[in-house]
Amino acid sequence: MTATPGRRVPVAEGIFTWPSADPRLIGSRCSTCDTTTFPKQRSCPCCAAFDVEEVVLPNEGTLWSWTVQTFRPKPPYQGPEPFVPYGVGYVELPGAVMVEARLTEADPDRLHIGDAMRLVLLPFRTDSQGRDVVTFAFERM
Amino acid sequence: MADVAIVGIGIHPFGRHEGVSGRQQGVVAARAALADAGIGWREVEFAFGGSDAAGNADAMVTDLGLTGLPFINVTNGCATGGSTLTLADRTIRSGAHDIGLAVGFDKHPAGAFNPDPELYSLDPWYGETGLMLTTQFFAMKIQRYMHDYGISASTLAKVAAKAYRNGSLNRNAWRRQPLTEEEILASPMISHPLTKYMFCSPAEGAVALVLCRADRAGEYSDTPVYLRSAVLRSRGFGSFEVFAPSLALERGGAPTVAAAGAAFEAAGIGPDEVDVIQIQDTESGAEVMHLAECGFCEHGEQEKLVRDGATEIGGARPVNTDGGCLANGEPIGASGLRQVYETVLQLRRQAGERQVPGNPSVGFTHVYGAPGVSACTVLSR
Repeated sequence: MTATPGRRVPVAEGIFTWPSADPRLIGSRCSTCDTTTFPKQRSCPCCAAFDVEEVVLPNEGTLWSWTVQTFRPKPPYQGPEPFVPYGVGYVELPGAVMVEARLTEADPDRLHIGDAMRLVLLPFRTDSQGRDVVTFAFERM
Repeated sequence: MADVAIVGIGIHPFGRHEGVSGRQQGVVAARAALADAGIGWREVEFAFGGSDAAGNADAMVTDLGLTGLPFINVTNGCATGGSTLTLADRTIRSGAHDIGLAVGFDKHPAGAFNPDPELYSLDPWYGETGLMLTTQFFAMKIQRYMHDYGISASTLAKVAAKAYRNGSLNRNAWRRQPLTEEEILASPMISHPLTKYMFCSPAEGAVALVLCRADRAGEYSDTPVYLRSAVLRSRGFGSFEVFAPSLALERGGAPTVAAAGAAFEAAGIGPDEVDVIQIQDTESGAEVMHLAECGFCEHGEQEKLVRDGATEIGGARPVNTDGGCLANGEPIGASGLRQVYETVLQLRRQAGERQVPGNPSVGFTHVYGAPGVSACTVLSR
């Protein structure tokens, strides 16, 4: 195998800007009713209109709710061994939408509703070609 | 339109049954329901049956008899049982048939559900990165709810303790060992703020109901229970439901609020008239939140209701008298029908040690499932 150490690939195309010095999640906004979704959709879940446009979402927001994933999920979860608990939360991106994401913080004592959060991209696992698979998460500011 | 009565009920115990298929458990429940109604399979004019993970319900005809009846398979997430009942209700109300069977069963492996994202119109990354767990959803919903309405961890533990206490009085329940509030709080944290014993587990079991036109109920039962309404709703825009990569900024459209409201309206009965309540308690917080969403109290009032014992079997608002999902586990296809089975027992005054005192005459059930489906019934003697 010709693994290329350090090479990074996104976990999926089209969910965040890549490559990017200022990464943002990519959603869609309805031109009729302004409803924003993540990930992007081809029609609006609120008014069902088709005239939706791709938008990049704010990269900072506040923590709306959270939990900590303490056990290794079954497949299709693809995280590395050994399992390390991770935070999960909904982050309210002002004027746009609330996004569910992994959190870089997994200590329940350090997570609070209302915390200021910022988007980060981070390696999540290594794929069969030795590349880092990058996903999105939010960190406390 | 014809009214609908439940004239036969049957159950296969919930729990783990090695070597017994889900469908075999369904056959046991179906035969018990037929016997309870005093009829044979040949008299059943139609059937709706559902399972999520244990195969096609209509294959039961191999065991029950190839009578040629219309038997339709139903699958609708955790609301499969409620969906089955809703369809049976409509079939009788429409006048298409006079008597039929609603049956549900399941058999799930241990551990949290792990559905395929693509079955929910979600992209693979959502499951791959560890966001697609029902446990996370319930934890985040109650986490926010505790913040907004002042519900305490102690209340979550009290709800679970009640479930296991009620389960200990139910020979068909899976978890029959009472646990104290302290033991529940001290059990391993699964998904903050919910500990191990605050969660129900996927399980096995089956329930069947024989339903008929209300004006013929006397032919089959001395103690018919009337299905006053059966309503199912999916999620509206703005609701916070399982498997949601994003949420609207404003909350609204909760399927439980919609289904319960419509069920009460169709029945012409209000929440204050209900004597016994079965609501989806996938975990302790779900019971707390669904109590308010179904219209039984204001948001936040649960803290006092639970502390004062109002939701206990002897309380003013008995909730999950058979131990609910917490003590019975959740075999998806059967779970919503279990709630109706228990309500029928209570309204017949056949619930034994866990019988609600007084003279309960109105019951309510609520089942909830991914990705945001609720089914509610109002029942009366």
